Amino acid sequence: MTSPLINYTLHLADNALILGHRNSEWTGHGPVLEQDIAISNIALDLIGQARNFYQYAAQLINRSTNQPNTATEDTVAYLRDAHDFKNCLLVEQTNGDWAKTILKQFYFSAYQFYLFQRLRDSKDETLAAIAEKSLKEVTYHLRWSSEWAIRLGDGTEESHARMTNAVDDLWMFAGEMFVAADYEIACANKGEAVDVVLLKSDWLQKVKAIFNEATLPVPQHSWMQSGGKEGRHTEHLGYILAEMQFMQRAYPGSTW
Amino acid sequence: MPQHEWPLWEVFIRSKNGLDHKHAGSLHAADAQMAIEHARDVYTRRMEGISIWVVESKYIHASNPEEASSLYDPANDKPYRHPTFYDLPEEVKNM
Repeated sequence: MTSPLINYTLHLADNALILGHRNSEWTGHGPVLEQDIAISNIALDLIGQARNFYQYAAQLINRSTNQPNTATEDTVAYLRDAHDFKNCLLVEQTNGDWAKTILKQFYFSAYQFYLFQRLRDSKDETLAAIAEKSLKEVTYHLRWSSEWAIRLGDGTEESHARMTNAVDDLWMFAGEMFVAADYEIACANKGEAVDVVLLKSDWLQKVKAIFNEATLPVPQHSWMQSGGKEGRHTEHLGYILAEMQFMQRAYPGSTW
Repeated sequence: MPQHEWPLWEVFIRSKNGLDHKHAGSLHAADAQMAIEHARDVYTRRMEGISIWVVESKYIHASNPEEASSLYDPANDKPYRHPTFYDLPEEVKNM
């Protein structure tokens, strides 16, 4: 029942949902009121993107099983287990301090920026349309997170030290974004998905340019974690899902 | 950097082309660029605007409310300063 296109759409959705959920953890706890609102806005943008992808995934699932209305955006978001989630490991990492949150957002927004630029040309019209709509949001996320990376990296001794720690913490999770999973390759061959390998040099160039301004070193070591796209996650995803899915698991079908 | 070290900024937003920028409120930011980004996030979340101005609050100079009577009351009984004695043609609207 799961075609490569379904898996690919779920992968795009899961990335957005999990990072959106992570960002929403800052709501009410942001370092200043203005940033509390900014990170919450980004959380909402990402959850909006996730909804678009989930709605499409649900459509595809229903079409493939010939059972209309069985899958919905809610069932795919709330009733799948950790090993069914196909998000990159990067987005499920803990928020840590503000520096780590910013850097996680920056890595991911830069990736999404180059991804959606190309996904606009997908032969799948729905994916192309979602990419087109989301790119405007992502452009701002990238600007916002770049600005903060520079500000903190080239800021005080403490903010520079925190950013350097964040770079070390998150680097090993960045590589996975540019290693294609089977379903990405299958969809890319049909012109539906973006070949993520092609995004790497643009992404690296962007990171280098911002790190240069931020006076941060670009890490040299090359060993990278992977597995998230295939459902092999770090210990963090289970906790996220436990909190996020609790209501639907405890009170199936509940609405509010 | 704690918030109290950031200066206060006044935010002006133009809701659409042809209208003036209107005072929307204030916020804290370290510099003008951050102030504009904060203003975008705090004051234009619901499609309120298409253009933002920010001015550091310390550069706003206001008239003194205690002088209001001498400043504004004298205009009260001078209706001849209003262009209300013209007959407007029907076609002219929104004057």
